[in-house]
Amino acid sequence: MSDLMAARSLMALSLAFHIVFAAIGMAMPLLMVLAEAQWLRTSDAAWRTLARRWARGAGILFAVGAVSGTVLSLELGMLFPAFMRVAGPVLGMPFSLEGLAFFTEAIFLGIYLYGWDRVAPRWHVLSGVMVALAGVTSAGFVVTANAWMNTPTGFTIENGVVTQVDVWAAIANPAAVSEVIHMVLAAYVAVGFGVAGLHAWLIARGNVAPMHRRAVPLALSVGSVAMVLQLLSGHEAAVMVAKTQPAKAAAMEALWDTQRCAPMELGGYSDDEAERVIGAIRIPCLLSLMTYGSLDAEMKGLKAWPPQDRPRSSVVHFAFDLMVGCGMALLLTALWWGLLVLRRQPWWERRGFLTVLGLATPLGFVAIEAGWVVAEVGRQPWVIQDVMRTSEAVTTVPDLTVPLFVFAALYAVLALTVVLLMRVEVLQQDDGARHEPTSDAEVPRAA
Amino acid sequence: MLPDVLLASFLVIFLWVYTLSGGADFGCGVWDGLASGPRRHQQRQLIKTALGPIWEANHVWLIVVVVVMFACFPLAWSAITTTLFIPLTTMLLGIVLRGSAFVFRSHAGPYVEVRRQWSVLFAVASTVTPVMLGTCLAAVATGRIRMDVKTGKVTTNFFDAWLAPFPLAVGVMTLLLTSFLAAIYLAVEAREGALQDDFRQRGLMAGVLLGVVALGTLALARTGAPHLWQGLVHQPWSIPWQVGTGGVSVAALVLLWRRRFTVARVLAGAQTAGVVWGFGLAMRPYVVVPDVPLGVGMAPLSVQWSVTWVLLLGTPVLVPAFYALFRIFKGSRSASVA
Ligand code: HDD
Ligand code: HEM
Ligand code: HEM
Repeated sequence: MSDLMAARSLMALSLAFHIVFAAIGMAMPLLMVLAEAQWLRTSDAAWRTLARRWARGAGILFAVGAVSGTVLSLELGMLFPAFMRVAGPVLGMPFSLEGLAFFTEAIFLGIYLYGWDRVAPRWHVLSGVMVALAGVTSAGFVVTANAWMNTPTGFTIENGVVTQVDVWAAIANPAAVSEVIHMVLAAYVAVGFGVAGLHAWLIARGNVAPMHRRAVPLALSVGSVAMVLQLLSGHEAAVMVAKTQPAKAAAMEALWDTQRCAPMELGGYSDDEAERVIGAIRIPCLLSLMTYGSLDAEMKGLKAWPPQDRPRSSVVHFAFDLMVGCGMALLLTALWWGLLVLRRQPWWERRGFLTVLGLATPLGFVAIEAGWVVAEVGRQPWVIQDVMRTSEAVTTVPDLTVPLFVFAALYAVLALTVVLLMRVEVLQQDDGARHEPTSDAEVPRAA
Repeated sequence: MLPDVLLASFLVIFLWVYTLSGGADFGCGVWDGLASGPRRHQQRQLIKTALGPIWEANHVWLIVVVVVMFACFPLAWSAITTTLFIPLTTMLLGIVLRGSAFVFRSHAGPYVEVRRQWSVLFAVASTVTPVMLGTCLAAVATGRIRMDVKTGKVTTNFFDAWLAPFPLAVGVMTLLLTSFLAAIYLAVEAREGALQDDFRQRGLMAGVLLGVVALGTLALARTGAPHLWQGLVHQPWSIPWQVGTGGVSVAALVLLWRRRFTVARVLAGAQTAGVVWGFGLAMRPYVVVPDVPLGVGMAPLSVQWSVTWVLLLGTPVLVPAFYALFRIFKGSRSASVA
């Protein structure tokens, strides 16, 4: 493996790992706060149990989110120093604002997770709200940074050194708004369906604890609303990509020839060698229509770029289909649930529905990973679109396969442990009766 | 004042605050690993409750240091991230393992084996990370990170800057400093007599060791980091500063000995300031010795000012939030000790 490839793989691996926990860090506080607010409103103890159980599990995930984010903030500079020499200053303002958001999040998270019995319920809910807001804010800043890599604005550069920066123009880059909205919604979709799916699966297994019956509608409402909006936002994102990053758009859509009335290719394999797409369902003219609102708008095909300037359409097209496919599956699940609720049917007795919902648990997260592959692999060979190539940005440090394998092993161990521990949290049968464990089993109770 | 001076001062202050907060959290991990005697379970329990609510917030100081570096000192940062790749990677592994291990073991429930293994990792990671952090900081002062300022290309290899007696000694010193701080904090929080004595004893040990290592490190600076040595010893402010820091350190130890824990804690904070600020002052005018003095290879002024404003306006907003956090979890405890 070349060092460039190892650096890219390590960056991608660290980001792909972090994003799972970051999405949870964004959306889980909302669910916890909603459940706790329900408890305060109704005095129904099952809500409180639910909020506390969620908070306990989330405690693990937040910590892993924070440490994996720290890896990123150093790794960006360690693996791509030339990139950071440019991006660091240009994005300095959003990144330092993000630092403030991290502080806010971490401070109130401490109060939220450990303060159940120490602060008044009102203040406790308020700290939860602060965590939820800070999580979304920090995601907003970092995705703005990523959008700037896609549509860089607000700087001049001479010999690889940034000489002038218009701080606000860099933040207000064209892709920022659509990308941020899309990411935040994605977190709500993934966590909403993920949580609903887990509780549905427990109900299907015969767990009758009342909190599960409350968890599913709450999480599923958040997920479903977000999913409907996500459809619009995804469309918006696709239009933005077509306008600002035509090569990425072509790779996404497996469009090889420049043409009017460009077709939508669903599925299939976009062959980078043969320069064509195999086995896709073709819907004539739909791509032009959806992108430009006109049947005979011209769309550029990948062949318009020399091979070394093309992103790998095989990967990007597959990832794009995967994301949209997951989205559609979640949308159908949401509609099914909506129908059941409208008809006042007891969804918790419908095995078919519970099974489908259970199967949908990971789909939102799959869509997030796939979406980032679209965004990042679709930008290649550029790390900053049309400004800096990834190969120019990479570090001179040799033997990068070593840290790649070390971190891969580390993430594997962390992932396994998280799954193991979450199993304990999720499978806990009792509810309400069980007290928060205040001490480890090996610790004698007497002080 | 020029933003570059302000930003450099911010960096030093943030590093100081990080040492006092996040650094001491690593120190707690060290004492967790060294927990012993009849009260070892209580020692661990105290560490767990002391760390739980605050370590994530404390940790953000380091992230802010990193952000200010790459946003405002891009040339220096690219030299640092390249030449110090190995210790920085080790530090990252430590940070990841420490944080994960801390939550994993408190959520391990029925898995005794899981808890035991992650406890070991918690202690090891808490020990390795501050050593690496100190090593990296010192490496910047050695004068062995060389680069072609025009192109930004680093001309030294990936070992020379940090694999040397002086940086490693600073690493050990950082470890001892954070352990010393942690022991004092834990003594304050322990309240109960015997447990408090456990940490008093540990604090005294760490403090004495720290003094010995600090003197040795200072001696090593003479050849290991000549510019720093100049600053630490040969400037008009040097000797009073060193004497002051030494005096405060001895006073902290004496007060710890005499069980005046809260005052000892304040003095240990001042001692840390003496070390960290002294390092910052002695580094002047360099960010990375000898190729990157302050003002060279910095971000455009618009960026420097905007980051400065974010820090100036943002930090005060955080103060009440931090105050609430520490009041809620530390207030009643520390108050009853004084
Ligand atoms: C739950 C997750 C999820 C779901 C259901 C969807 N997406 Fe998505 N998508 C993401 C999660 C995501 C993401 C992981 O969050 C990305 C990566 C970069 C970004 O900002 O969002 C993304 C990126 C992304 C991009 C690339 C943006 C860029 O490179 O700047 C496009 C064009 C779309 N999406 C379009 C869609 C469409 C048409 C969808 C139809 C249903 C859709 N997405 C559903
Ligand atoms: C968290 C979700 C993200 C995921 C899963 C992700 C995924 C990826 C992938 C798959 C690559 C490799 C591309 C290739 O080599 O073909 C990559 C590269 C990279 N990403 Fe992302 N990315 C994410 C977000 C971000 C963000 C927010 C930033 C910047 C602020 C960023 C910066 C980079 C950089 C600098 C590289 C290396 C250079 C390059 O290959 O372009 N990524 N990422
Ligand atoms: C699309 C990509 C990303 C999103 C949506 C995102 C969002 C988030 C969120 C919501 C958190 C809080 C997580 C939690 O507490 O569980 C977080 C943590 C963190 N992220 Fe990311 N992030 C992304 C990529 C990045 C990148 C590229 C960096 C590095 C520059 C980064 C650096 C960090 C750091 C340092 C933390 C820890 C903050 C703390 O200690 O509390 N993240 N991120």
